[in-house]
Amino acid sequence: MNDFLKIEGLKAQIDADGTPKEILKGLDLNIPKGEVHAIMGPNGSGKSTLSYVLAGREEYEVTGGTASFKGQDLLELEPEERAALGVFLAFQSPVELPGVNNANFLRTAVNAVRRARGEEELDAVAFLKLAREETARLSMSGEMLKRAVNVGFSGGEKKRNEVLQMRLLQPSLAILDETDSGLDIDALRIVAEGVNSLRGPDFSALVITHHQRLLEYIVPDRVHVMAHGRIIHSGGPEVATQLEKQGYKQFLEAAQ
Amino acid sequence: MSGETSLAWQALRERAGERAALLGAEGVPTKRVEAWHYTSLQPLNQVKWQAAPALDEAQVGARLSELNLPKGQGLVVFANGRFCAGLSSLPETVKQGSGEDEANEPALLADRFAAQLNAALRQPGLNLHVPEGCDAGLLVLVSLTEGDEVSTHLHHRITLEKGARLSLLDVQLGRGRYFTNPQLDVECAEGAHLTHVTRQDESAEAIRLGISGARIEGRGNYDSFTLNQGGALARQEVVSRLEGAFANVNVNAIQLIDGARLNDLTSMIHHASPDCTSRQTVRTVLSEAGQGVFQGKILVDQVAQKTDGYQMNQALLLSEKGQMNSKPELEIYADDVKCSHGATVGALDEDQLFYMRSRGVPEAQARDALVQAFLFETVELIEDETLREHLLKALPGYV
Repeated sequence: MNDFLKIEGLKAQIDADGTPKEILKGLDLNIPKGEVHAIMGPNGSGKSTLSYVLAGREEYEVTGGTASFKGQDLLELEPEERAALGVFLAFQSPVELPGVNNANFLRTAVNAVRRARGEEELDAVAFLKLAREETARLSMSGEMLKRAVNVGFSGGEKKRNEVLQMRLLQPSLAILDETDSGLDIDALRIVAEGVNSLRGPDFSALVITHHQRLLEYIVPDRVHVMAHGRIIHSGGPEVATQLEKQGYKQFLEAAQ
Repeated sequence: MSGETSLAWQALRERAGERAALLGAEGVPTKRVEAWHYTSLQPLNQVKWQAAPALDEAQVGARLSELNLPKGQGLVVFANGRFCAGLSSLPETVKQGSGEDEANEPALLADRFAAQLNAALRQPGLNLHVPEGCDAGLLVLVSLTEGDEVSTHLHHRITLEKGARLSLLDVQLGRGRYFTNPQLDVECAEGAHLTHVTRQDESAEAIRLGISGARIEGRGNYDSFTLNQGGALARQEVVSRLEGAFANVNVNAIQLIDGARLNDLTSMIHHASPDCTSRQTVRTVLSEAGQGVFQGKILVDQVAQKTDGYQMNQALLLSEKGQMNSKPELEIYADDVKCSHGATVGALDEDQLFYMRSRGVPEAQARDALVQAFLFETVELIEDETLREHLLKALPGYV
C-alpha cells in the first residue's frame, strides 16, 4: 500500500511570549488511503497544533521529523498548495471575513483549487447551482451564501459552512478539528453525514474530538490517543468507547 | 513667521491683488501650526504658482469619456478653473446662480487656511439653487486640472431649499504638477438632503487643499463620502454644522495611499442643536511609503442635548514604511449625549489570511480580497447604488 499521510517523529513549537514552547514531541501517525482515523486526547495534548501544522500555519515552527502526503513533503508546501493537493482543515473556530461575500469566497476557493489541480474552472452560473444543491443537502439556508463569510453565523452555522466548503473543495484528506464542539444533536448528524458522504477509497479523514458521540456517527477505522504531544495508544473504534467509560487515566499511566 | 514667506507665497499674493489682505501675513502654515502638524505644506512653498491656462474643450471632452461617468440629470465641467459650457448641461429644475454673494457667506470656514487661500484667489464655480421640494436627481461635477506649476481655486456653492434633494458626484482629476484648492459651500435648509460623493483622483504629483463647509438646518441631511486616492499631498477638509433639531451629517471616507504620497482627511462636525446625529467612518489603506492623516473633531455645544455621534477610523498598513497619524477629538459641553469613537491601525489579520489560504486561495489573491473587503464595507455606506458602483469601479484592482 502506498503511503498516504505519513508522519514520523514530528516535533513543533510555538513562540510563547518570547520563549519557544514545544507542543508536538515526536509524533508518529499513518493514515492509509480511504481510512478515517480519530484522535482523542485531553486538553493541551497538542491535537489542534497537529491540525494547524498539517494545514501549514506559519506560527508553528517544525523542529524535527517529517510529514508527507501522497509522497510529497507536506511541510515544504504553502497552505494553498496543500489545499490543492487535497488537504482540508475544518477549523475549530471558523474565521469571520467581514466584507467578503460567502458565495464569492467559495467560488474563488473552488476555482483556485480546480486551477491548481488542472481542472476547468466553474462559471458563476454553474457554481451557484452546485452551491445551492450543497447548501440544501446540509439543511443550510440559501441566505448564508449571500452573507459575509461566517459573520453573524451561529456556532452551528459556522460548522455547517465548514462542511459546505469541504464538500465543494472535494479534499482527499479532511482534518476535522473538534467540529462537534458546540453542536446540537441535529447539527451533529448533518455534519457527520457531510463527512460520511465523502467516504470512499480516495478519501481519508482525521477526526479530532473530545467526545465519543461524534464517532457514533462517523465511525472511524482507527482511534489514536494523544497526550503530551505524542500518540500514546492506537486501536480500533472500541478505544473511543473505552475512553468514554474510563477516561484517559489508564492510557496515561500505561504510557509512563 | 513673517519675513520668511516664500517666493511661492509672494506669487500667490501678487495674483490675489487687492484680495491679498485675506491671506494674512504669516505665509503658508508651518508644522508648528496645530492643524498642519502631520501634514507639511512645505511642497507648496517650492513653486511659484501661476494661473492655469485655458484647455481645449475637445480634449477635455475626450478625457471625460475615459471616466465611465454615470448618466445623471446634469453634468457640469470645469477645466483649469474655467467653466466648459459646451460640455455642461444643467437640468431645468435647478438654477445656476450668478456672481458671488459674499455678504451671505457663512463664517464656517473663516479661520481655515484652505478657505482663506480660496477666498483670495477664487474662481467662480458651480452656483446651484435647488428650489423648495424639488428632487434634482443626480448631478455630475467634473474638475479637471492640467499643467505644471499652475494653480486653480474654484469656488462652488450649492443651496438646497426646504425639502429639496440632490445627489452630487464630484470628480476631481488631472495631469501634471499642479496645485488645486477648491471650496464648496453647502446650505441644506429644513428637511433638505444632499448626497455628496467626492472622487479625488488628482495626479500623483499634484498638491490639493480641498475644503467644504455645510450648514444643515432642522431635519436636513448632508451625506458626504470622500474617496481620497490621488495627489502627492492632498488634504480634504469637511466642515459641517448642525443648526436645527433632528439634522444629520455623514462624513465618511476611504483613503488609498501608495508611493510616497500623503492623503489627509480632516473634518469638523459641530453639533450646534439638540437631537442631531452624525456618523463618520474613515478607512485608510497604506502601502509602500504612503502617509495617511485623519483629524476628526466633533464639537458638541451645551445646547446640543441628545446628540448621537459615532466616529470610527481604521487604517490598514500593508508595508512597514507606511505611516498613519490619527487624531480624533471630542469636545463635548452638553451632558446628555451619546458619542462613541474608536481608532485602530494594523496589518492584515493573519487568522483571516491563513483561513483563506487553507481553502486554496493564493496568498496575493487572499491579501487583495481582504483589502477590498475592508474598503467595500465603507463604500457600502453610500446608499445610492449608481454612486456606489461608480466608486467601486474607481478603486484599483476592483473586479
